Amino acid sequence: MFHRLPKLASGMALVLVLAGCSSSSTPSPTAAPTTAAMSGSVVMIPKQINNPYFDVAFKGAQSAAAALGGTLTQVGPSAADATQQIPFIQTATTQGAKAIIVSADDANAIAPALKSAMAAGIKVVGYDSSPAVGAYNVFVNQADTNGIGKGLADMACDEAPSCTGEIAVLSAAQTATNQNAWIAAMQTTLAGSKYAGLKFDGVYYGNDDPTVSTQQTQAMLAAHPDLKVIIAPTTVGIVAAAQVVTSQNLIGKVFVTGLGTPMGMQAFVKSGASPEFALWNVTDLGYLAYAVAVDLVTGQIKGNPGDTFTVPSLNGGQPYTIGADSVVVLGPPFVFNKDNIDQYVKSFGF
Amino acid sequence: MTGDPRPKGGPDALQPSAETSAVAGGTSGGALSRMVGSMSALARLEVFLVLILVFLVWWGVQLSHFFLTGPNFGFSTQAVMEISIMALAMTPIIITGEIDLSVESMVGLSSCVLGWLWASGVPLEAAIPIVLLVGLAGGLFNGLIVTRWGLPSLVVTLATYALFRGLGHVVLGSTVVSNFPAGFTNFGYGYVPGTFVPWTLIVFLLLAAVAVAVIHRTWIGRQIFAVGKNKDAARYSGVQVAALKTALFAVSGLVAAFAGIILTSRTSTASPDNGLNMTLAVVTIVVLGGVDINGGKGTVPGVILAVFILGTLKSALTQAGISTDYQNVAIGLLLIVSVIAPLLARQARQLAGRVRPERGRPARHSAPGEVVH
Amino acid sequence: MALSVPANAPAPNRAGLLLGRLTRSREATLAGVVIVLGFLVWLEAPNFLSSTNLISVTSLTAIIAIAAVGEALVIITKNIDLSVESTMGLVAFVVAEALKGGNMPVPAAWALGIGLGLGLGMANGVVITVFRVPSIVATLGTLSIYRGLTYWVANGQEITISNLPAGYTDPASQTFFGLPFFVILAVAVVIVAGIALRYTVFGRQVYAVGSNAEAAATIGVRARSTVFVVFALSGMLAGVAGVLWGIEFGQLYASSASGESLAVIAAVVVGGVSIAGGSGTVVGAAIGALFLGLINNALVVLNLPQAWLQVVYGAVILLAVATDALVQLRAQRAKARSRLR
Repeated sequence: MFHRLPKLASGMALVLVLAGCSSSSTPSPTAAPTTAAMSGSVVMIPKQINNPYFDVAFKGAQSAAAALGGTLTQVGPSAADATQQIPFIQTATTQGAKAIIVSADDANAIAPALKSAMAAGIKVVGYDSSPAVGAYNVFVNQADTNGIGKGLADMACDEAPSCTGEIAVLSAAQTATNQNAWIAAMQTTLAGSKYAGLKFDGVYYGNDDPTVSTQQTQAMLAAHPDLKVIIAPTTVGIVAAAQVVTSQNLIGKVFVTGLGTPMGMQAFVKSGASPEFALWNVTDLGYLAYAVAVDLVTGQIKGNPGDTFTVPSLNGGQPYTIGADSVVVLGPPFVFNKDNIDQYVKSFGF
Repeated sequence: MTGDPRPKGGPDALQPSAETSAVAGGTSGGALSRMVGSMSALARLEVFLVLILVFLVWWGVQLSHFFLTGPNFGFSTQAVMEISIMALAMTPIIITGEIDLSVESMVGLSSCVLGWLWASGVPLEAAIPIVLLVGLAGGLFNGLIVTRWGLPSLVVTLATYALFRGLGHVVLGSTVVSNFPAGFTNFGYGYVPGTFVPWTLIVFLLLAAVAVAVIHRTWIGRQIFAVGKNKDAARYSGVQVAALKTALFAVSGLVAAFAGIILTSRTSTASPDNGLNMTLAVVTIVVLGGVDINGGKGTVPGVILAVFILGTLKSALTQAGISTDYQNVAIGLLLIVSVIAPLLARQARQLAGRVRPERGRPARHSAPGEVVH
Repeated sequence: MALSVPANAPAPNRAGLLLGRLTRSREATLAGVVIVLGFLVWLEAPNFLSSTNLISVTSLTAIIAIAAVGEALVIITKNIDLSVESTMGLVAFVVAEALKGGNMPVPAAWALGIGLGLGLGMANGVVITVFRVPSIVATLGTLSIYRGLTYWVANGQEITISNLPAGYTDPASQTFFGLPFFVILAVAVVIVAGIALRYTVFGRQVYAVGSNAEAAATIGVRARSTVFVVFALSGMLAGVAGVLWGIEFGQLYASSASGESLAVIAAVVVGGVSIAGGSGTVVGAAIGALFLGLINNALVVLNLPQAWLQVVYGAVILLAVATDALVQLRAQRAKARSRLR
């Protein structure tokens, strides 16, 4: 019950799929005990369409849709541009979707459209990147911000010999709210005495673009010849940085860590360019977001802080609790290293 | 050169292009065919555009029964108003044979300046005129470099495309300003009370009326077409080419700043990334509207039709659940088809004998991108 | 009275003439600026000129330089190719996809990629020469269409280094006699293209079409076939760049190479190729790519605040083109003056 992007060959003229015009779905016979089955359409709007990270989350949401009911479609902008997300939100509203799951390119830019959707009775679930407070019912955060920040600091400390040396950050865009929050949390952690030996050389911005990330890493290494650790909390940037370290024959002298996908980083973990890095289960993120949407639509939860709910295949069956600002956290991040990388590539599939 | 700036000379050099050789002379008889034959080539183009628009509306209705509703009209129109306004200012620039690639970066810069001023406590009544002045200054910068230093506009505006965007980053840094008052954001995001007509559509229609009047009814417009057809001939007839072009670039900058204000209002966000990818959309609208990229020909009504064609196409595809990546493919195809079709039609008419192939065209400088044949 | 050098004219200074000719040569000036720039940056950050940094940086710019050679050919004929980035991205992804299953031998995949680039370039050529669509409009359209094809092929997947044959990205950092492999490739492309432009009939046709197509037509140069070939070549070279892209990054997405068209065009323009057509060299385009790549690196190495990067980049392009125009103007005036003597 998923909607595949139409192939070019089928031609524009043949696209007669009425997205959500009529609510058609088959309720699942194997409904989970704590989540009532739902019918109706759910629209998922990632930051950027055709982005592998969001496609993995979409697959997770698709399995949730298969288990819990409802029709799921994914639409979105070709570039990470908030103004392009707005028409899709508005269209979902007029077409009578039951829920919108959205990762915001800009927290405030899409807020008016989301608020109109909520006013029309549509449930809004944020995931990955939060819309402004008040413009969603629940935000599914992939990880606790402070937890990520501490994790980044700890991995840098692990990789720098005796937790001593120069470190620098390769981030995404200058205005990326997630990355900025994680880096700020990391800086707070680094102020602790345990990290006194680490000297911070600055933040470089790779814009989530492989070319820019590569250029910034090259320049970073030239400007700081004694650099020991590069921290890249972006799945595009960490790969670019690891590749530069490899091609400049710096394996063992410079280490890369941050947030990356198991498949993308598998070779670098094994070669030693990036002995350690972290991520969360992106598939589960999508699954959880969809489950939360279903719970909101069927009235199981209201989205208020303190609400609890269970999703059978997640969190080991333990209940989730909605926290302040209606945020629920997926769970702790996974740390990948050469001992577990192969197993995770298999089990995560991305 | 006389003191009168209005160029004298034959009608052909000054009127908006008409295929004067397309006058009746066809071998097939009939008053109707003669009447059809006597319409100007561009009137034919506009009919073609209207047909496309009608088809798209019909197709949209097939795709979704929410297509022809008030809300859909409202927000689909809103989504394209910034680029449409910039297309109005881009049209005369392209008619004179130049181009302005920096418009999207001026949108970003003006948004940043507005956000910075607002965050510094400057009231919007004062901030908005300042932002418009910034746009004017940026446009003047483009115009002066193009005319004084004689550099090609493609290259100059390619450089300012980076320069203006960078200045936006310098002004606002990595912060994003979003606490604008509701009165301001209602302009970009709101409708005329009781209807689904966006305020920005009213603005666009007003500006469009001005553009039609200036470009098609005044001596300024005649000069614009003259420069586009033959810059040197225009200069020899008394047109102040440099001043005209500089003014057009200045207006383009001003309009881009205005579009930046509208975008900031609509998204309630001032950010250095505002306006990314808008330039190509603006150029697409202008070309779709029948304006010749090599200069000298085009109409504002054509561009207005193109605005609605683009908005309708995007709306129909969005209603069908197609994401922007494939929407862009459709727009790219439409662009190419819209340029090929009139040429094919003209060749067909040539074969039918209704149009005499143009002979003895006055020599003119071909612009970059033109394959002379 | 016969024209003769006036008695009190200064004797021609050989060194002065050479310097004069050098400064009038766009390419030489640019090369000189690159050297001076490199020296200045080295003073501030010695690591800038270290072999590791230079190898890294020039490998990346070599890819742009190869695409810039193709774009230069197009611009010399007074056209433009905006679709370069989409051709690069599509070829890069298709080649990687072909190698992913491990079914295709590497050279075959590369041949496939370059052939695909050639085909895409020819498609551009058909739209422009057969259907008479102005190149800026045609390639604006194919920019989106080719990118759409990449989305369709990718279908949301990315290809990572683990999917590619072992050691696939090694050539990006290999050197022969101290020169990075990619740089050697780029130099080879530039030499072949440069010789073709300067010493063959085809090359003269390219310049003729660009400077005055009507006049060229009167002496039998067929503009349309020349333009078609030029776009085919531009597509093919973009295909080569796409293949190298995959080797350089090892990580491919549907959006690979997005935004590179403007970088390529900027390189060509900075390298002295006039957008009005009819002049410029592929050597200049390659040096332009090198120049801009080094600027990108230098600005960050010098710890310039990130916010200023784009401002300086834009200012540099403007200055480069403006000094070019100034130098040309001075050369014209000097020539006019020397004729009057």
